[in-house]
Amino acid sequence: MIRVVLPAHLRTLAHVGLEVQVEVTGVPTQRSLLDALEARYPVLQGTIRDPVAQKRRAFVRFFACEDDLSHESPDAPLPDAVVTGAEPFFVIGAMAGG
Amino acid sequence: MSGVRVLVGTRKGAFVLTSDGKREAWDINGPFFGGWEVYHVNGSPVDANRLYASQSTGWFGQLIQRSDDGGTTWEPVGNQFQYEGVPGTHQWYDGTPHPWEFARVWHLEPSLSDPDTILAGVEDAGIFRSTDGGKSWQELAGLRGHDTGHSWQPGAGGMCLHTIIVDPSDPDRVFVAISAAGVFRTDDGGRTWRPKNRGLRSGTIPDEDAEVGHCVHRLAMHPSRPNVLYMQKHWDIMRTDDAGESWVEVSGNLPTDFGFAIDVHAHEPETIYVVPIKSDSEHFPPDGKLRVYRSRTGGNEWEPLTNGLPQRNCYVNVLRDAMAVDSMDECGVYFGTTGGQVYASANAGDSWAPVVRDLPAVLSVEVQTLP
Repeated sequence: MIRVVLPAHLRTLAHVGLEVQVEVTGVPTQRSLLDALEARYPVLQGTIRDPVAQKRRAFVRFFACEDDLSHESPDAPLPDAVVTGAEPFFVIGAMAGG
Repeated sequence: MSGVRVLVGTRKGAFVLTSDGKREAWDINGPFFGGWEVYHVNGSPVDANRLYASQSTGWFGQLIQRSDDGGTTWEPVGNQFQYEGVPGTHQWYDGTPHPWEFARVWHLEPSLSDPDTILAGVEDAGIFRSTDGGKSWQELAGLRGHDTGHSWQPGAGGMCLHTIIVDPSDPDRVFVAISAAGVFRTDDGGRTWRPKNRGLRSGTIPDEDAEVGHCVHRLAMHPSRPNVLYMQKHWDIMRTDDAGESWVEVSGNLPTDFGFAIDVHAHEPETIYVVPIKSDSEHFPPDGKLRVYRSRTGGNEWEPLTNGLPQRNCYVNVLRDAMAVDSMDECGVYFGTTGGQVYASANAGDSWAPVVRDLPAVLSVEVQTLP
């Protein structure tokens, strides 16, 4: 199971706590992880990635293992520590005013 | 009728305000969707418990929320607004081609006969329809595909389709307004659309009476007279008596003919309300006095309504979707401000009182008259 930490607004939408666990079939990548996350919590479809283009939204970033993975290929394998559950995959909403 | 329910969308969530027929004491519920921009909340005319809300942020995009219990609980429904085909381009602010990009839903217009059917006006300008209670949305692409679509330009607030009015006598006839393209009408249920801007004059475009390109801020109609519409344009209050075939100016003696909101009395089709705003760019009431102006003659002759409204040091705005009327025996009029006040008049505008003073900036106000 892969651990995913969601920003507050998405936790509210999905009615979940700080961290959720998601099972990914095949090689875990950003794409397969987000596909699995959206399958389990359909309300998140379109909130992290554009629902049509499937591109990461501009004010959303992906962090894990103290690295910014936002610009990695969506099909690149996730770090082993994320795959084993030792480290969570963070979905981050940009800090901004207003 | 037992009372009213006022649906308020703000920069940081939605609020539901309820009162009995006296409209003096109010219950305030919310915020719903706290932290999200709620451009519009609207209720079904045939099922008062069925509400829809447009919830969005720049971070996480657009959601549509639905309530089946009058706003006590909400459920997210569909959020896929996909333009039909290859979207093409419109003009950007600088006049260069810019791809059509969905940003948000500005306005939700439930069907007059079916609680599961609803129209949505979006930015970049387009119109979508759902027939399954908001779960899925299909574009009525004939509008965006109009021959002039490539020439439409955004107003300062974005290229938004902000007004949808369905003709109560003919559900296939729908009026929409786009900033800054103008008014369009369909007579075939949304398949084809034609501009209806003859008579509008806008000094800020190259051809001041062009077929499209006018910054229409808002339209209003009385349901008993669907061929008569009133318009708050960027400048000018306009009126048509022939369903948009021709417009005439009825700004009359207003202190400024700029503004955003306009609405019609529930029982008097010739009584209309506007809130004059100073422009360009100031966008607050002239002289710091918040005044609603009422015409009982369908325009041209206007009287200021000030009783209960701040008459000094008031520098708020009233946005285009932030005025509404109820249909109680004595018509109630409501509006919200960018300062977070929602004002109500239970006597057609003769006197006003704040329902609530300190909400986030108000984007929209709708009223349901409860059975």
